[in-house]
This record gives sequence, structure tokens and C-alpha cells, in this order.
Amino acid sequence: MLREWPRARYLIRQAAMTATPHSLRSNSPGRSAPNRAGGSQVTYNDFVIRFANVNGSGSASANGMFAKALFRMGIPVATRNIFPSNIEGLPTWFEVRVSEHGYMGRREGVDIMVAMNAETFAEDIESIVPGGYLVYDNSKEMPRHLRRSDIHFVGIPISQLALPEFPNPKHRALFKNIIYLGAMSALISIDFDVITGMVSAQYKGKDDLIAPNIHALEIGRNYALNYVDCPLPIQVRYSDAVGERIMVDGNAAAALGAIYGGATVCAWYPITPSTSLAEAFEKYCNQLRVGASGERNFAIIQAEDELAAMGIVIGAGWNGARAFTATSGPGVSLMTEFLGLAYFAEIPAVLWDIQRAGPSTGMPTRTQQGDLLAAAYASHGDTRHPLLFPSTPKECFEFGADALDIADRLQTPLIVLSDLELGMNDNLSEPFAWDDDRRYDRGKVLDAEQLDDIETFGRYVDADGDGIGYRTLPGTHPEKGAFFTRGTSRDEYASYTEHPEAYTANMDRLLVKWETARSLMPKPDIHDRGRRAGILYYGTTALPIPEALDRLREDGVELDTLRIRAFPFADDVRAFIDRHDIVFLAEQNRDAQMKTLLVNDLGIHPAQIESVLYYGGFSISADTIHEQVLAYYEARKLPRLREVGS
Amino acid sequence: MTFVAKPKIHHPLLTVNELGLTRRDYEGSVSTLCAGCGHDSVSAAIVQACASLSLPPHKFAKVSGIGCSSKTPSYFLGNSHGFNAVHGRMPSVATGANLANRELYCVGVSGDGDSASIGIGQFAHIVRRRINMLYIVDNNGTYGLTKGQFSATNDLGSTSKKGVPNLYEPIDLVSMALQIGASFVARSFSGDKRQLVPLIQAALMHKGFAFIDVISPCVAFNNHNGSTKSYDYMRGYSGNLIDADFIAAGEEITADYEPGQLEDVAMPDGSTLRLRKLDEDYDPHDRVLALSHVQRAAENREVVTGLLYVDPDASDCHDILGTPPTPLNALDESVLCPGAAALERVNAALR
Repeated sequence: MLREWPRARYLIRQAAMTATPHSLRSNSPGRSAPNRAGGSQVTYNDFVIRFANVNGSGSASANGMFAKALFRMGIPVATRNIFPSNIEGLPTWFEVRVSEHGYMGRREGVDIMVAMNAETFAEDIESIVPGGYLVYDNSKEMPRHLRRSDIHFVGIPISQLALPEFPNPKHRALFKNIIYLGAMSALISIDFDVITGMVSAQYKGKDDLIAPNIHALEIGRNYALNYVDCPLPIQVRYSDAVGERIMVDGNAAAALGAIYGGATVCAWYPITPSTSLAEAFEKYCNQLRVGASGERNFAIIQAEDELAAMGIVIGAGWNGARAFTATSGPGVSLMTEFLGLAYFAEIPAVLWDIQRAGPSTGMPTRTQQGDLLAAAYASHGDTRHPLLFPSTPKECFEFGADALDIADRLQTPLIVLSDLELGMNDNLSEPFAWDDDRRYDRGKVLDAEQLDDIETFGRYVDADGDGIGYRTLPGTHPEKGAFFTRGTSRDEYASYTEHPEAYTANMDRLLVKWETARSLMPKPDIHDRGRRAGILYYGTTALPIPEALDRLREDGVELDTLRIRAFPFADDVRAFIDRHDIVFLAEQNRDAQMKTLLVNDLGIHPAQIESVLYYGGFSISADTIHEQVLAYYEARKLPRLREVGS
Repeated sequence: MTFVAKPKIHHPLLTVNELGLTRRDYEGSVSTLCAGCGHDSVSAAIVQACASLSLPPHKFAKVSGIGCSSKTPSYFLGNSHGFNAVHGRMPSVATGANLANRELYCVGVSGDGDSASIGIGQFAHIVRRRINMLYIVDNNGTYGLTKGQFSATNDLGSTSKKGVPNLYEPIDLVSMALQIGASFVARSFSGDKRQLVPLIQAALMHKGFAFIDVISPCVAFNNHNGSTKSYDYMRGYSGNLIDADFIAAGEEITADYEPGQLEDVAMPDGSTLRLRKLDEDYDPHDRVLALSHVQRAAENREVVTGLLYVDPDASDCHDILGTPPTPLNALDESVLCPGAAALERVNAALR
């Protein structure tokens, strides 16, 4: 039946590369696909592919298998799910950065677009770089005005192929995704056995689903092999660039970290993009935390709102259980009163803020680093909270456990600022590691015997000079150590008072504790080779940095780097800023929030930092960093290495 | 205002309980509430109930929100930890505290502003979650600390001190608790210690969520003619529906009432709750009946008191969650950390 279509009609339409102003159409002026049309050079393992789908159409599974297949072939991939706040019917994109170099950040422009959504078809075609490829369903004729002469059109009649094979319309819609996956395997040379192996593994136990899925794969693959010049000049091949690395999203990693770190209470309220963290905690607890008699060594409460979620965490922390919650910006807003109380009452708590573009009706499914100030100073009065900034899933795992230790040690709420980019997308990551000799640091908690040895217990007495008092847990001792927890209207023995001296002394002690925090928090990741300029970054802004640095080096700009991992800032951060003539700071918000924190916390001059900002809702790209840093040099006519050297 | 500790001098005639402790060992610091405040009677009833049950006075977690009522955990059980939390958010703190250590007696004290207005959402949801605790609302129908505004439990038409009537319908927390699934629901009056103390005893021994709404007049702002939360009104219009006597485990049970009107309910610790029906048609194990009874009385502007509903076989949140008998806060690395080998398997599954 396939033979009924005349071969010529479905051949790739070779584009003429003459006289078209490509840059007007492409997202990325000057960038073109590695294999320009007309040239026959084949590139391997280096491209951006984007799948344009309708959400709720079942495409996620096929797209995920695509990325996983490349990963299993040893090729580094970074996935990005660009999705709407909707269940069914709106446009969604799945982007895969394939990079033998290991560039995991976003790169502007799309080399291969698999356009399966009629609604966004026009804009999807626009986003393809000159020389790139459009893979589309040509069951219907494409409107003439959408044609571009500078890209290649690869038509696969997916609907027509599916129609006779899958009579049930619901099944047909799902199998169309599998058909294009099959076609892609031929177009870019994915090892077909890897894909069929994944299908068999995915439907293990539901064997009747394996055959139709493999059949759908073969339909797409055979069509491409028979009617398209396969493979395209953009291809994949086996590599060893992945090494030992795993593929996982940051939220799952954070949840595992919380389990390894001994969290027993998790209270949360559903909110994108943090929901999957709490759900992963439950999933992994069911695997890893159920005792021999079926007892569940954890308690998870889906609370009525974020206020309650934080209240539960604080109640549990007060009573000596390790507890955490996960939320996003709107949830942080609701938690602020409790965060302030916990700061003053000195109760350990861990909050994962998976940041998104605000406000509540902002762009809840888009990523941003916009909650720094809201988190650092959450609540009324003189409050400040330590922050952690993970960059990779492995760091999410480590901070998942470390945060619980630090919060216990400092007796204060600690906020981990992840984001949608890290939390919800599958990222390559070094494998998780755990030292079985590690013991939890529960901080200064007195037991009954220790209380017996103490003359007078004072909850807020700074006995060690580090600003941290000794706590007791309810029920520890019949006569000693009980105290009444309130905010600040108490003396260092936790007795009620509103005396100004007692209030001021307490507030000053909390500043001593803040300095203790500075020395306890994870140190920055510094690469300083004595250059005159440097760049600071944190969280997912780290992803495009290697690529941006390489491109800047090609342009004669070499930068030292410092990745911020925590607030308050280590002394090394100030030294790095002071040592350089200029320090760039790349972040994903409009108001340069990290810069504000640096100026506030370290007292440095704002002119020492030049901001590189992106806040459009996607993850910051190497292109953005490259362009903004270069623009700084050009505007000031600063010499670059190449000019100096020549 | 400063904290005043009570002198530790025991009257020689004070009774000593099984732990060798007197009532004084269950008290807290000196109350700073107004003389005659109903809340102090509630605190005294808690002291008496805990002392007579011989409960270890340090094995409590006391939690409260904000308001006059929420100050009271300072005034009882001074050897226990207390947490004066955020306005209306005591239920979430209580939930966390109970999840962390199921062995402690969890006592929450809240007020009508705290539970029926700002915290009504948290109140509703802690009932649903069946947290094993005693939840008392000191209900005086007014905001005392901010000088006499109406609260949401104030009855329609009840007047302020200046004679202004309340224009809005009241929220009845007892009806809410019944409807959402509380397994122990009672209403009492701070001026009726004979009723209140056994109710608190029974509530402490009850497994599950025990709620007592205590009408507790505010002598400063809501104890005048025209108020439906005054001492006089409560003495005139409240009716005891079910009398509850608490009989500790091992204590002799004597029958001094007409048979047929008595019901002995076995409590989890071996003690007995003796219910004496004052209305033959009433069944304290029928949630729907209890709800309609309470609502009908409210229509007649009467306040029904006593133990309105009890499910002696109720489960609690820990049963629902399947947590271990050991408190979660006592588990260490050996139980909580799955170890490096398990992590290698996790890694392998992610390749």
C-alpha cells in the first residue's frame, strides 16, 4: 500500500541557498544548521531538535523515548519540555539538545523541527535555522505561503499511514507519535534495536501493547527508508561521551536526597513545577522506606494550602522530625508569615522553591530565577534566610540531604532555590553517591542526660558564641528543658518579656548566627586563572556557561568563573569580585536579584557587577550570555585577547 | 508585663496522684488574663483532668494560635513544651507535631477568632485528617485582645457591649466538626467544671480527633445583657444533653443511675467513659442525629452541651498513614537511610 504514493512527491525538497534574507525568519541571525544545503558534509551528535505537539495527545512518551534512545547510544542530551498551563489541546514543545561536546544549555534556533501541531505550524517553521529540516505530516497539502526556500521539507504522511492500521481514533492519535518516532530513527540513524528494546521494556507486563507499538515504529521507519533520502546529513552515532552519567530530573533527585538525608515528614500543596518533587518523594519512599512489617517510615500530607504545608513542617521540626515542603513562588508568598516565625522561634525547616515565572497567573509552566529576594527576606520584620542554589540533579540530591543537616545545625528555615528548568526536565547528571559512614548532623539538641548535667537550661543562651542556642524536644525530661516557643517576646530563658534590651540582644545574636551560617554553607565553585574579568552565575544559569565561555574565547574574551552555591555568601565571593576589573553576573530575572543580594550582604559597590539578564520564560541560552558580554566589550571599546595579541 | 513563675509550695492537704504528683505539678505560670475570664477555668479544668489521670506532665505538646485563648497553654502543664504559633494556624503546627511524635499527648487551644475566622480552613482540614489530639476552642464570641470586635461564632442579634447587634450568621464549630468527621465532639461551658473535667479526661484518652467547644465568657467585652456568650445566658439557656463521667482504668464502676439510660464506653487505655443520657431519644453514636439535634437547639436559641458524639473505635492519622509505632523523630540513619547499595540500584534504573 505504501507503494501507491509516487516516490518523487515525498523526496526532500532541496532548498536553494540564494538570495533569501534568512535572518528575518530565523530565531538566530547568523546561525545555520551544521549541514548547509548543497553541502554534503555529515555532522554527528550536534543539533537541536524540537517536537511541536498538542498537549494531552500522548506525545510525551514518544518524545521521551527519543531522548532516552540517544542517551542509551552514549550521546549527551538535554531535554526541555515547553508546555502550557493546560491539560489538553494547547501547544507544547519538546526540545532536545544533542551535543557530543556536552553542551547542556539551551541554544537558540532549531535544526530539526518535527511539526505535529497545525496551530503552531507557521511559527514552528519560522524557528528553523537556515539549512535546517522540517519533518511534517504531509497527508494534506501544506499551504504555499508557509514554504521557505532556505530549509528542507521532509514530508511523512503520518495520518494517512495511521488511518488503515489503527481504526480506533483514540489509538490512532497515540500511534501517530510512535510513527514519527520510527521515521526519525531512519532519518537520523538511531539504532532501531535501542528503540524497540525500550518499547519492550516500557510495556513489560502489558505484552499486547508491544507488538502494535513496534508495528507503528516500523510504519514510520519503513516509509522514511523507502521514500526519503535517509539518513539526513544531521545524524547520530554511538559515543562514549555520556560515561557513567544518569538521566534524571532535579525534582526526583531532590526527593531522593531528602530520603537519604532522613526527612520523615513532607507536607505540600500541588503547584507546578514543584509537584513532581513531593510525588517523587512518595514514590521513592514506597520503594526505599517501608520496613519489614510494612510500616511506613515517613508521613506525607497533601495539605489544604501552602500555609498549612509550612505549618506542618514547622510543627514537625519543632518536635524533632526532619521535615520539608516543596512549592513555587505563589506558595512562598503564602508561607512567609510562618517562615518569619520559624526564623525568630529558631525552628529548622527545609523549603524547596522550584521557581517559575510569576505571578500566579504569570507563566506557571515557564522557568525563571525570580524568587531570590522573596525567599531571602521572606516575612515581616528583620528576617533573612539561608539559600542554596543547585545546578544539577546530582547537586539537588546532595542539597536534598545537606539542607536538612544545615537547617538542624542553624535551627532556622532554609530555602533551596531550584527552578522549572532543573526540576522538571530530564538532565544528564553524574550518578548519585552516598557515604554509608555519614551520620546526620542533628545540631544542638539536648537529651535527658545532658539536661541532668546542666544547672539552668536557657533555650536562647549563646553558650558557644556562635549565635546558636541549645534546643530541647517536647517530652525529653520530667522537670528540665521545657520551654514555651514564641517569636521574640521572650528573654534568653524563653520567659515572656517585652523589654527592649532583651529584644535587641536577641536580634543581635541572630546576626552572630548569620555569620556562623556564612561559614557553614557550601562553598562557591571557582575557576580563577588570573584573568581581568570574571563571570558569576548560579542554579541553571550554569547550564549554558561552558558553551558561552567557549564562544567568547573564540571572540577573544576569556573569563574566570564563580558559581554561587549559597547565601549568605562565602568570603571567597567577595574576594573574587574585588580581584577582577569587572565581574559579569548572569541570572534569569529582570531585576538582577542576585546582584541586590550581593550588594546587600557583602556591601560591594554595584558598579563592580555587570548584569547579564534573561527573563523570557525559557532557560537562558549560551547565545544570550555570549551576546550580552560581547556587547559590554564593544560598547566600551575594550581590547580583547585577539586584538591584544595581534 | 513579665513572666511570673508560681512558687513551688504544696499545700499539705493536696491530693497526690499515682505519679506522686499534686495538681500544682500540672500548673503553668500565673495567668495574665482578666480576673474572671472563662479561659482560666478551662486551664484549671485541663490541670485537674491531667492530674487526676496521672499523666506525666512533661509528655504533652501544647500548641496554640493567637489570641487570649492561645496564651493559655502557658498557664497549664508548665513542664511541657508549648508553641504559640501563627494566628489561625495552630492546626497545621499540631499536625506536624503529632506526626513527629505520636507518643505525646497533643493539646491545642484556640479561640473563636482563631478557629472560626482566620483559621477556619485549617480547622476543617485537621478534622478531616483525624489528628490524634484534644482540640479546645475557648469560645467567647469576641476578639478580646483587640478590644471587643464580634467574632464569627457570635449569634445573630447578640449585642456588643455598646448595644450594637451582630448582623451576621454564626459559624458553629461543633456542627462543622460533626459534619467533617471528628470522632469525639463535645460542647461545654467554662462555668461548669463538673461537666468539663470529665469531658477533657475522656477527650485525652480518646484515640482520634477530639473537639471540645467551650463557651468561655469574656468578662471584659462580652458578658453583658444581650450577649449570648455571657455567664448569665449560658446558665439560663444551655441544656446538658448527655452527661459523661470518666472512670479511670481499674477504678470501681458503680451503677447509681437507672439502667437503660447508662452506657459504658471502653476507652483504648482500659478506662471507661460512662454516658448518662438526659434525653432518651438521643444516641451519641449517631452523627446525623447529633448534627440535627445541635442545629435544632440553635434555632430555639438554646445551647446544647455535653458529649454530643463519640466513635470509640475511631482511627487516627497515623493509622491512615501506616507509620511505625516508634515516633518518627526517634528513627535514626539505620532506618531512614537506604544506603549506598540501594542508591546504586537507583542510578542503574536511571541509565
